[in-house]
Formats: sequence, C-alpha cells, structure tokens
Amino acid sequence: MNRAAPPNYLEAGYTLKSWLLTTDHKRIAVLYLLGISFFFAVGAIAAALIRLDLVTPAPDLLTNEGYNRAFSLHGIVMVWFFLIPSIPNTFGNFLIPLMIGARDLAFPRLNLASWYIYMTGGLLTLFVVVTGGVDTGWTFYTPLSSIYANGNVVAALTAVLISGFSSILTGINFIATIHKLRAPGMTWGRLPLFVWSHYATSLILVLATPVLAITLLLVAAERVLGLGIFDPRLGGDPILFQHLFWFYSHPAVYIMILPAIGVVSELVTASAHKRIFGYWFVAYASLAIAAIGFLVWGHHMFVAGQSIYASAAFSFLSIAVAVPSAIKVYNWTATLYKGSISWDAPMLFACGFIGLFVAGGLTGLMLAMLAIDVHVTDTYFVVAHFHYIMVGGAVTAFFGALHFWWPKITGRLYPEAWGRVAALLIFVGFNLTFFPQFMLGYQGMPRRYHVYPESFQVLNVLSSAGASILGAGYLLPLGYLLWSLFKGARAGPNPREAVGLEWTTSSPPPPHNFTTQPIVTHEAYDYPPPGNEG
Amino acid sequence: MSLPITLWPTAASAHARHIDWLIGAFGVLVWLLALPVFLVSLYFMIRYRRGRAIDRQHAPRGSVLIETSWAAIPFLLVLVFYVWSTTLFFNLQSPPQDALTINVVAKQWMWKAQHPGGAAEIDALHVPAHTPVKLVMTSQDVIHSLYLPALRIKKDVLPGRYTMLWFQADRLGSYALRCAEFCGTDHSAMTGKLVVMSPGDYAKWQQQASLDGSLAAKGAVLFRKFGCSGCHSSGSSVHAPPLAGLYGSPVPLADGRMVSADDQYIHDSILQPNRDVAAGYAPIMPTFDNVLDETQVTQLVAYVKSIGREEQ
Amino acid sequence: MSNSALHEPFHDLARQHETDRFGMLLFLASEVMLFGGIFAAALGLRMAEPDAFAAYSQKLHLWLGTANTGVLLTSSLLVALGVEAARKGRYRHLGWLFIAAALLGLVFAGIKGTEYWLEYRAGLMPGVDASGIEDRTQRLFMNLYFVSTGLHAIHLSVGLILLVALAGRACAGRLGHVMAANVGLYWHLVDVVWIFLFPTLYLARPV
Repeated sequence: MNRAAPPNYLEAGYTLKSWLLTTDHKRIAVLYLLGISFFFAVGAIAAALIRLDLVTPAPDLLTNEGYNRAFSLHGIVMVWFFLIPSIPNTFGNFLIPLMIGARDLAFPRLNLASWYIYMTGGLLTLFVVVTGGVDTGWTFYTPLSSIYANGNVVAALTAVLISGFSSILTGINFIATIHKLRAPGMTWGRLPLFVWSHYATSLILVLATPVLAITLLLVAAERVLGLGIFDPRLGGDPILFQHLFWFYSHPAVYIMILPAIGVVSELVTASAHKRIFGYWFVAYASLAIAAIGFLVWGHHMFVAGQSIYASAAFSFLSIAVAVPSAIKVYNWTATLYKGSISWDAPMLFACGFIGLFVAGGLTGLMLAMLAIDVHVTDTYFVVAHFHYIMVGGAVTAFFGALHFWWPKITGRLYPEAWGRVAALLIFVGFNLTFFPQFMLGYQGMPRRYHVYPESFQVLNVLSSAGASILGAGYLLPLGYLLWSLFKGARAGPNPREAVGLEWTTSSPPPPHNFTTQPIVTHEAYDYPPPGNEG
Repeated sequence: MSLPITLWPTAASAHARHIDWLIGAFGVLVWLLALPVFLVSLYFMIRYRRGRAIDRQHAPRGSVLIETSWAAIPFLLVLVFYVWSTTLFFNLQSPPQDALTINVVAKQWMWKAQHPGGAAEIDALHVPAHTPVKLVMTSQDVIHSLYLPALRIKKDVLPGRYTMLWFQADRLGSYALRCAEFCGTDHSAMTGKLVVMSPGDYAKWQQQASLDGSLAAKGAVLFRKFGCSGCHSSGSSVHAPPLAGLYGSPVPLADGRMVSADDQYIHDSILQPNRDVAAGYAPIMPTFDNVLDETQVTQLVAYVKSIGREEQ
Repeated sequence: MSNSALHEPFHDLARQHETDRFGMLLFLASEVMLFGGIFAAALGLRMAEPDAFAAYSQKLHLWLGTANTGVLLTSSLLVALGVEAARKGRYRHLGWLFIAAALLGLVFAGIKGTEYWLEYRAGLMPGVDASGIEDRTQRLFMNLYFVSTGLHAIHLSVGLILLVALAGRACAGRLGHVMAANVGLYWHLVDVVWIFLFPTLYLARPV
C-alpha cells in the first residue's frame, strides 16, 4: 500500500468516536449497513419460527399467542427496520453524493441524527420483543389494536413512529442534495437512474410518512386515553384507521421497491457495458410510480366495507400504476440488445430481480381485479405476492447492490464464483418458498393462520423446505463477503470498467470523495462504442 | 382415493366458476406478457455475452413509438379483464329482492348464524341450494371477515355496522367457512362449515332447529322484557315514534335529513338513539348499548320488521 | 446550529443558504402532511354529520379562539419583521422582535389552556372527563378538536423554544439571517396550521 496516498474514508480515524460521531455519508452508510443487517437477522429468526411451526397443521412449536407475536414482529421489523432503510440508507447514503459529484449530503449532521433515531426505534422494538412482543400484526388494525390486543402495543407504535422520523429526515436530505449539490455539468438529464429513483423515493418518504405518524399517534391516544376515534361503541370508525394507515402504507411499498429498481438499472447497464434504452422513460417512470402510488391505497380495502364506486376507481388506478413498472422491465430487456453482457453475480441478481419482480407485479394485477381479490385477499395469495416483490425484488436487488459496490465500499474483491452460487441458491430457495403460497391462497388458506387444515400441509412443507434453502442462500454471502474483508484481493478504482462518477474515485474513496470537483460533460452510462469482439 | 395435495379448490356456485375462468384467462394473459420478457432477456444474455464476437453496432437509444406501444397494449388488454372483473364485483353487491336473509354475528372466536325461522347455529351455516342467500353480518368486538372459499367470496364483518354478502350455491356438500381478518389469539381456530343442502332438506333442518321460536318471536320477547313497549306502544304516555309499519319507510329526522328505516337504522336507534333523532321527538331514548348484544339486537330488528300497521 | 460560515460539503455560500432554506421548506411539507390526516378526518366527519358538527362547533369558545387567531397572526408579523431586520443587519431588533413574538406565543398557549380548562369543567374532555358529552358524534368532534389543537400546541411550544434560543443568539451576535428566516418559516407554518384549524373547528357553526 502506498503510504503517501491519502487515507480512504475507512482509514480516516480508527476510534469508536470517529465512527459514532462521523458526518461522512460513507461511514454513516456503513453504520446503517450494520444496523439493517442486525434487524434482518431478527426478522429472519421470526420467519424461521413461523415456517418451522407451519410444517405441521397443529400448533406444536408456538402457542397461538406466540405465533401471533412472531408474525407481528416479523412484519414490523422487516418493513420498518429492514426494507425501508435498506437500500436508501446504505447505498443511497454511500452513492448519491459520489454519483452527483458532491463531497457529502446536503445536511451531514442530520444524516447522523437519522441513524441515531433509527437505532433508537430499533432498540425500542427489541425492548418490545423481550417484554413479550405485540400481537396485532404489522398493520395494527383497530379496534383490535386500540382496545382488545394484549402486549406492548403502545411501545411498538412508538418504535415505528420514531423510525418514521428517521425516514423523513433521510428524504429531506436526499431531495436537497439532489437539487442543490450536483457538480457542474451534472444536469438532471445526466443523472444516473439510481439517483432518479432515490429522488422519487424521497418524495414519498417526506410526504407519506407523516400520515403514518398521525395515524399511529391516534391509535396510541385511543389506547391510552380511550378517546374513541376508531371505536364504534363510542361513535368512532374503525375503517377510518384503514384509510389513514393505507394512505401511508401503500406508498411505503414504493419506498421499498423504487430504490431496488434504481439499483437494477445500474446493474444492467454496468453488466451490459451499455447505456440504458429509453433513459427519460425510465427516469419519469420512477416519478410516475411515486405519484400514482399515492392514489391506490383503497385496493387494500375492497372487502372492508368501502364504497363500491371507490373500489372500482382504486382498481383502475392500481392497473395504471403497473404501467411505469412494465416500461422499466421492457427497457432493461431492450438494454441487453447489442450489449456486452457479463454473467457476474450482480447481473445474476439483476436477472433474479427481473424474473421475480415481474411475477410479483403480475400477481399484483390479479389482486387489482376486484372479483378476484374478493376471493384471494387476506389469504396466502397476497402473502406470496408481496414477498415476491419485497424479497424476490427488493432483497435480491439489495444483494445485487452489495455485490456490485462491495469493491467500492470496502476496497476488496469477493470471490465471484461464490457470488454466482449465492444468486442461484437464493433464486431457487425463494421460488420454492413462495410459489406454493399462491396455490395455498387460491385454495382458501387465510393469512396469519397458525393452525390449518391437513389438506394444506404438503404445500406448507414445500414452502418451509424452500425457506431453509433461502436461508442458506442469505447466509452464504455473509461468509465470503466477511472473508473478503481480510483475505480478498484489493480492488482498483473500477474493477468492472463501469461508467459513473463513483468509479472515478479510489476503492474505497477518500473522505471527501473528490480532491477536485468533477466537471460532467457526458450523459449517464456513456460507455465507449463497442468493438465487435465483445 | 385422494391426493395429498388439492390441485384446484371445489367450486360450489356459478360465481365461483366464473372467478375460476377469470383468473385462468388472466393467468394466460399474464404468461403471454411475462414469457416474452424472460425468453428475450435470456436470448440476449446468451447471444451478446461478453467476449462473444458479434455485431454490436448501432444499438438503438430509445423509441417513443416502441415505448408507447408496449405500455399501451398490455394496459388495454388488462382493461378488458378490469371490465369483466368489475362487473362480477358489482353483481356481488346486488342481492335479489327475495333472497333468504340469514343474520350472522361474529365474535372472538366464533360465528353465530340466525335463520329467519328462528334456527340458530354456531360455527355452521346451513343453506338451501339453488336459492339466493343473503348474509347480514356484524361483529360483537373486532373486525372479522367471513370467507367461503368454495364460493370464492368474503366480506369483512365490522363492529357497529352491518355488512352484506350474497350467493347462490348449487353444489351440495359441506365446505370450509373461515375467518379471514386477523382478530386475535384464536383467529386461525375461528372456522366452521358451510352446509349446502337441497331446499327440501333445508326446510326440514330449519323446522328441527327452530323449535324455540322464530327470530321475530324472540325479538318480541325482548321487546317486552327490556321495556321497549313501555314507550313505543300506543298506550304509552311517553311521546315515542310508533314502530308498526316502520321498517322500510322513510323517516324524517330532526336535522332535516330523510333516511330510510333499514336494518342499520333500527340497529343504530337501539344502540345510539341520539344519533339520528326522528323529527318531532325529543332525544330522550336511553341507549341499550351495554344491555343488549348484537344477537339480541338482530332479534329485535327482526321483530320490528315483522310488525304491520294494525298491530302493537 | 451553525452560523453563516461556509462549511462542508458546500463550495459556495449562496448555494449553502439556498439549500438550508430548501431543507426547511421540505420539512414544512412533511408537517403539512402530518396535519393533513387530521383535516381529512375532520372533513369526513363534517360530511357525514353536517348539522351535528355545526352544533358541537358552536360549543367551542369562539371569542377565545378569535383572540388566539389575532395573537398568532400578530406574532407571525413580528417574526416577519424580525427576519427583515436581520436582512438589514439589525440583529438587536431581530432579538427583541423574536422575544415579543415568543411572548405572544405564550399568550396563545395561555388562552388555549384556559379553553381546555373550561372544556374540562364542562365535562367535554374525552379520556379525562366526558360527563358533559351527549353523544358519539360530539365525542368524535371533541376528540378531533383536542388531538389537532394539542398537536398544534406541541408544535407551537417547539417554535417558542426556537424563537427564544434564536433571540438569545441574535443578541450575542451569533445569528445569521438565513437561520432566522428558516425559523421564521417554521413559525409561519404554526400560524398557517392554526389559520386552517380555526375555521374548520370554530367557524362551522350555523350562521
């Protein structure tokens, strides 16, 4: 190692204080990576308990109460403490300033505050777990949550509320950064699509999360003070809760998938060494998903007692929101045409994403059909649908990003063959886990069921078997990525010969990213014209 | 001989079979939309693999025509299914006038059904085949959802409100009845049976089960027991709205609105009497919210429905 | 809190100031969405039970509410004048104007507290003493009233702290006009939320 080279961001301070009081967006990204990995493990353990118990129709591993607390924990932790922060707060934090040619985010100390707020919410959630948990499901429907449920409902609501503040501050930081800190020549039309999708995500973070805050506040007030907003015996309306809750929670699913979609655009272009097909369509499609995503919340309430005309409108809009996603998928495919495609791990993860996201999205269209939804809503069909998008989509993209930018973040190369094995294992394990659940749902197995009829056992066993393969697939990268930190070959600035400002810095980058401010003169994904040799 | 795995759930009504056709056809469309993407992507990945010598010149940057087409065409195809699906959905909201009405009360963690003839049952629903059946449902506590997979229908059951589900089953047999909205500890145990019988068998079953009086008769007993007749009878000194012939007629309210005296109105008048006070009457009716449960309210509603103008 | 010196990651001060202001505006957008949920609920209730809503609106203390509106508007005016003073470099004026605005904010809190006390005495406080509540709609109305004005009061309190803290810094000569303007924006939001709450809750009464 050349001693005269300036320290990279990992070497600029080895004390705990230099990490816990850092304002460097790259270090904060690493702090978030540690946090979300921990909570992913917590949520995964809950999932393991669930799948283990569901191997038999009888309640033999957990009691009914215990099972209800397990799936509630799984949902709360995975949604708010893993999925929502996963890509934005690790890769968004790390990469957005690099990609736009800035020295940091607009509000570095606010960024650190976001992490502390997130960890506070997370710690409160752990407190809820060790004091017995909560049994309302992650959706906290009233009047179950506000009146009837036992368990630490108020603490759980507070933990989620706190994590929401972290989200809002992240969104503010990203929007301000993207507007105000682009390097000279980095026009909106030259931004990487990763940045566009994080911009759209941030709009949702800032505008939707406060509605969650007020909703949870009202439930907590109802539970503690007996106010009677959602209690029909006191003149309240439990459906009001559902409207308020889903007004946030539907856009929230776009918070979870838009960053993943941004990642895939980067993985496909870099692996194909080619510019994206239809740049502006893909860029605007992210904004369209965010905008239309605010208008479809009622599709969670088709059988809840909602007006049938409202339901018809929500059904139509839910079909509309699928269109921009479809455009992106077609554009990725078209990008491959006449590309020079590497079959490395990130590309395999991107392919896995495309396959599973398409399956999830099309089953989402099925759910958008009113008459079909009446049969399959609140069944395992819905569970399968959203896991295809969230796990098959978002988590796969997260792993793709982890592999793609690992050399940049850590300065090390991981063994590529193992990466490919992990991608394959995850894809196979995932399908085995969740495809049977579509069948279970259509056959009438409701969700959140602890005991179930014998006739559903075979499919449940298949699903649990798949879950063990999926688990192995997720553990494998933990092994070789950690190994690479100590024994992996050192990475140069641009091991994959990709185009993007982040690849012009050293691996890992120096503390303030760029010694001289970059001046941008080319469009995004400006790959050199191909020779015919590949 | 039965497989360890059900390949396709039984369909016990025409609507159920329609849904199966709908999802089957939509499934075909879904494959038609997805398969090209998968196959073409795989093809490109192999054909343009890095290191392979092949013509890569002049790759297109984009095409507004192509983009618009592959957005618009699938959208329009899906809209066909939207129309089909929405029509089926709207049908589900309009029961025939002469449907047999069964009242259902859900509570943690059981289902109670009351037939018009007075038959009451728990965790079971006996219905006649080839007859439109309407379920009028409410919850005693949290939100539940009545799910009949063999009929491909469900509806949430709400506290403080009546929700409706209607169907016409045409295949005799015993089918699953499940709660589909998470409702607490024993949510997954809140199951029962939908028993579809021939109309003749249903009539016999009804008679057997109604030995202790029809729904309306039970309601009449409650009407006297809880003192309703003390105010709402012609001999009473209290100025209270007469109930004979009330059901189904328009009621002018004190705030100027006009409502129809349906099940929900009568239910609310008993449990929240000061909400929609009738015009010309003082808001002096006490609430029976802590006195009566939903089953009893159902019986009283049935009673009020049954009294004509000459009675009371 | 920083003063107006250039800091990472900015290259130029004007851009940094623009960004600080932009960040505050984004935060205020999120606050609007926070109150939006309550306004949506109030709108829903008003559409479902227009006459009952009007009747219960009538039981609120209109004159106290009107006084409060005047107080808060004046307070906002003082803040705006203070920000203007800061732009012209008159930091002492800013300090005094912010103190005066904060005092008016305290007056607002005092009047609100008086209203709450009167409502408590009349048994119109669900969760504490609801003996005077006649029916469910009134309970729901009072719930919305307390939650929305309570949330507003919390935001007002945060604003009071910010105003006083900034007044202190201004008098010590360590305040920039950008930060003053941003805190001013926050106070204006507190005012605007009240300007929507007041007619929604107090002025729904029959004419």
